[in-house]
Order: sequence, then C-alpha cells, then structure tokens
Amino acid sequence: MFTILAEHGSALLSGLGYTLAASLMALLGSLVIGTAFALFEISHRKWLRIIGRIYVEVVRNIPLLVIALGFYVIVPRYVMPMDGFTAGTIGLTIYTSAFIAETVRAGIESVAVGQMEGARSVGLTYTQAMVQIIFPQAIKIVVPPLGNQFINLVKNSSVLAFVAGFDLMYEGKIVANATFSTFDTYLAVGLLYLVLTMPLSYLMRYLEKHWVSA
Amino acid sequence: MQSFFAAYTWDNLRYLLQGLWVTVEVSVVSILFSFILGTLLGVARYVKIKYFSAIVGFVIDLIRNLPLLLILFFTYFALPDIGIRLPVIPAAIVAMTVFESAMLAEIVRSGINAVPVGQMEAARSNGLSYTQAMTKIIMPQAFKKMIPPIVSQFISLVKDTSLATIILLPELTYHAQIIYGQNINYMIPMFVALAALYFIVNYALSIASRVIDRRMSRAPR
Amino acid sequence: MAKRRLRPLLLLVAFLALALAGCGKSVADRDALAHAKATNKLVWGVKADTRLFGLMNIKTDQIEGFDIDMAKAITKQILGPKGKADLVQVTSDTRVPMLKGGNVDAVIATMTITPDRQKVLNFSQPYFNAGQALLVKKGSPIKSVKDLVKGTKVIGVQGSNSVDNVKKAAPQTQVLQLSDYAQAFTALKSGQGDALTTDNGILYGMSEQDHDYVVVGGTFTKEPYGIAMNKGQDNLTKAMNTAVDQLRANGTYAKLINKWFKGIPGFSLKEVE
Repeated sequence: MFTILAEHGSALLSGLGYTLAASLMALLGSLVIGTAFALFEISHRKWLRIIGRIYVEVVRNIPLLVIALGFYVIVPRYVMPMDGFTAGTIGLTIYTSAFIAETVRAGIESVAVGQMEGARSVGLTYTQAMVQIIFPQAIKIVVPPLGNQFINLVKNSSVLAFVAGFDLMYEGKIVANATFSTFDTYLAVGLLYLVLTMPLSYLMRYLEKHWVSA
Repeated sequence: MQSFFAAYTWDNLRYLLQGLWVTVEVSVVSILFSFILGTLLGVARYVKIKYFSAIVGFVIDLIRNLPLLLILFFTYFALPDIGIRLPVIPAAIVAMTVFESAMLAEIVRSGINAVPVGQMEAARSNGLSYTQAMTKIIMPQAFKKMIPPIVSQFISLVKDTSLATIILLPELTYHAQIIYGQNINYMIPMFVALAALYFIVNYALSIASRVIDRRMSRAPR
Repeated sequence: MAKRRLRPLLLLVAFLALALAGCGKSVADRDALAHAKATNKLVWGVKADTRLFGLMNIKTDQIEGFDIDMAKAITKQILGPKGKADLVQVTSDTRVPMLKGGNVDAVIATMTITPDRQKVLNFSQPYFNAGQALLVKKGSPIKSVKDLVKGTKVIGVQGSNSVDNVKKAAPQTQVLQLSDYAQAFTALKSGQGDALTTDNGILYGMSEQDHDYVVVGGTFTKEPYGIAMNKGQDNLTKAMNTAVDQLRANGTYAKLINKWFKGIPGFSLKEVE
C-alpha cells in the first residue's frame, strides 16, 4: 500500500482534489437549490408547495448514478456540451438538494409556528420574519445534518468515476489497472477518503452534542 | 415520439424487468440482513461494554465514512485475496449489508439514546433485568422512533444497488445501459423507464412506512 | 482524558496492521486444470459489451461472439464433449483482478498479450491478431492518430492497453477512460470525445452497429490476443495451447473466423491467424 502511495501518490492526490472540489461545489449549489425548494414546500401558494413536493419526492427516489449518467450522456447529445466532471457535479448537486430541502424544511418547521405569528404580530413582514427571526434559529438546527450531508457528498462523489470525472475513485481505478495490485490500491484510496470524512464526522458528532444544546 | 415508444419492445421490457428483479432481490435480502446486523451493532455500541463497544463503534465509523463503491470493489476483487471468493450477486449482497448495517447501527443507537433515561431506571426498579428492560421496554419504543429514518435508509439501499453496475451485477441500471449501448435511440426512453421504475419501488416503500408509522402511533399503549 | 483521545488512533493503527497482514497472501494458487477436470467445468471471463467478440443478446439473454465460441470449443477440447463452459462477464477494467482473485479460471476477452501483463499473468499462444485504430463520426476532421492534436479528446476504456498506446502515439490529446465499451461508445455518440480508440476488431463491431461511425487511419499498433490465466497455472496454459493448436488443425478455428469476420476488411483468416 505504501509503495502505491509513494509511486502513484500524485495521481491519487489529484483525484482527491477533484473529489473535494466536486463535493464543495455541490454543497454550495445544493444548499441554494435545496433552500429554495424548502421555501417552496412551506409557501402559502399551493402551486409552489406542489412543485416543491414533486421535486423532492422525484429526486430523492431516483439513484444518483442514474441522474449523473443522464447528465453525462443525454445533455451533451441533445442540449449542450458538458464534460464528465461538470455532469457528475451537477448530478450530485441536484441529488443532494432534495435531501437538503427536507432538512431545511424540517428545521424551519421545528422553529414553530408560534414564532412566526409572534413576529408578524409585532409588525414584521413575512420576509422580514423569515430572515430575521426564523432563519437564524433554523440554521442552528440544520447545521449538523448539513455536515452529514457534506460527508455523504464526499462519499457519493465517487459516482464521478462512472463519467470520467477525474475524481479519487477514477484515479484509483487507473492506478489499480496500471499496477495490477487491486487490494493495495483500494486500501490507499480508502485511506484517502477517510482522511477527508473521518475528521468531519467526528466534528459533526461534537457539534451535535455541544452546539445544539448550547 | 413514435421512436420513443418504439424503444419499449417486448424484449427490451423483459430485459429491464429481469434487471429490476435482481435489484429487488439484492435489496430485499440486504435489507433483512442489514436490519438484523445493524440492530445488533447499534445495541453493541450503545451498551458500552469496555473496549468491545469502542471497537465496534470505530469499525462502524470506518465503514460509514467510506464510499459504498469502494466497499463493493473490495468485496468482489480484494476479498478473494484472503480466500473469500463470491459470485457477483452474493458479493453485492455482502457489500450492501456491510455498508447499510453500519448506517443502520447509527440510526439504532441514536434511536435508543432518544428514549428517556428514566424509562430504563423505572424498568430496573420494577425488578426487570437489564436485558429484559432492553428488549421489552427500551427497544420497542426506540423502534417506533426509528421507523422513518430506517425506511429512508432502505430507500437509499435500493438506489445504491445501482452502484453495483461497477462489479457487473446484472441489475436494472446495468441492463438499461446494455440496451441503450446497442441502440442510441433507446437512450432517453431507457432513462425515463429507469427513473419511473426506481421511483415506483421507492415511493411504495415510503408510503408503506407512513402507513406503519400511523398505525403504530395510533395503537393503544 | 489524553488516553481516551488516543484510542481511535490506536484502533486505526491496529486496523491498518491487520489490513497489511492480509496483503501478501493469495489463494488462487490451486491447480486450475485439475480443478476444472474434477468439476468438469471451466470458468471463463468474457466480454458482454463488445460486438463480434462477446455481446449480450437482449432477446435470448445469451452472450454471443467469436471469443465465446472459442471458449466453448476450447472447453470441449480440454474436458471432452460433456465439459461445461461457465461464462462470467468481465470488462477490461475487471478482468485482471478477477483472474488474480480466482473468480475465473481463464479470460478470453479481446486481451492483448503485453510484457507488463505477462509479469503477472500467464498467456496462451496468440489466437487472434488485431491492431489499434480510431473510430470517429462520419465526416470528422480526424483521419488518423496524427490528427489527435492538442485540444482533442479521445475516449478509451479503463484497463485496456489501448489507452497507454494512444498516450504514446498522441501525447497531446486528452484521454477519457470509461468503464466498458458500451459506455465508451455511448460517450462518443454523446459527443464527449472526438474519437474512440481501441482494437480494430472491436471498432468494426461498433461501426456495424451504427453506420454513422467509421474506422479511420488504419492500425497503429499490433495487438495479438491471448487467453489469460493466473500466473503459475502452467498446466492449464499448456492445455490451452494444445487446444488452440487442435482447433486450428481440425478447421474449427477457420470456421469460426469465417462465421464472425466474413467481409470485414483486415480480418481474413490469413491476416488474423
């Protein structure tokens, strides 16, 4: 395993870089899209609620691989050119946004209806109440689950290997093929994933314990 | 539009459904195994037996933090190195079970944690042994709380079986790939079919969970 | 407190030590020929995504192709008329680990004999001579490997030596590696690359499947295909070589070449033998 890391470390590290980049971009993107659909889901307008509901239900019941492959093979053929890294990252973003929408919606709802009523009764508009009263409290509740979503993103980004997305798994497969040492290569790849995810997951556990109760 | 429906020939549909059958087969078996193993591991981690629980906890954390894709690869290609050689369907089941058990163990542990400490104390003071209190008082309450996260984990499991295309498990996604690989005009119809079939299976699962949830919360205590 | 913090670290070290201890051993060492004779069955790794050599027939759910027919004929030569050929699907990416892990006894899957592979595998005598070429959309400006200049993208398959070859022949081009030939051809049709490169036989199969795509530029390498077995399976290797000789002598080989490659340029019996 150490010879793999010594001889092919640069390829694997470059893969790790793409994995991290895809995960970060997908986190930002899915945060925006997910929050938007969460707001749709709790909107006063029925048609927005329906759109929000359909989006979330459809996206989270379809495998990430199917979404990512769809962007990789269908979009470039019929719509616009799109390379594997982009297609994979967009697939990750859309897939994750459905879960984030659920998390954010649950977070907002748990801040309780009373808060909104109170805020409105002292003369704040719906938007003001949302931004100033509900969001700050909801964020505190949703940060730990969002952290877990990020860990999921790092793991799920391995789907990029299916679409030539240059990520850690893709590079790992190439190294395994070049060296013929499957076991050692995937051990090294696993270790590199853990370097990213383990500290994060311990941090999240710490946050869950100490931050929310604070 | 005509060419769209032309993709759904009898042969193609039969081939897709064959794939769906493998998806369902692998999912159901893995769900059963991982439910049992996940519960055991979750309890093992919760009960805090010296060293043992810590080791179990650490292994759970390791597995939870690795991509399933890697675990699939390992099971199929690296386990033979230490003498465990499995055909593709059992290999997929083993990999799914290992990964999902670790995920479920966390759900079970936090489910038990969510049962108030007073319950255990009350049960013990009424003369129940620790094991009795666990199985008769704590676990039933914990499971009630765990149903929604457990079911969404099962939905993940069904979706995750698609990743086993990497070890050529002849499941739904792989069969669709073979079909559109031989005729590019079938690509969009196959993706539509894929999305629809996965959606139907998973949506049925989530409806089932809601029904169970409602029944259980309505049940008299 | 410090002791508790250290525990995960110690466990990690223990895990790594265990994992490393597992590395050296291999149990795929039993004599594959004796085992095949005992069970009356040879387990073959074959392609299911490669027209002409090994392709899944959706109608019959059977894999069909030249490699498949060869595997069946060789099995009968080695084990007698009742011998069974078990077919397990592999891709270029998975065939070496499947062999090394003992999941399959032999691989007959458009596999080129290369010095690198010979270090870790046994090969039979060559049974087919292919050469690497390019597949492009009709009317593409790319006519040969020389046109793969900076800014072009070429699609290959993970674990195939054609990827290494094209990197040498056209170092400026970007190589995208997909997991199998079905995926690679779909990616080419979706416009993910300007050309697809692998052995001409596989490319002609693709071109036959979709006439919008053509093989260009002739071959720029020689690719002798061999049957691969795990390193040290010398008895099985000998048996394979004898079987291939017998098939050539009794006319089966010529019949199979004719069955699959009749009318395809560059694949007359004389050229591939």
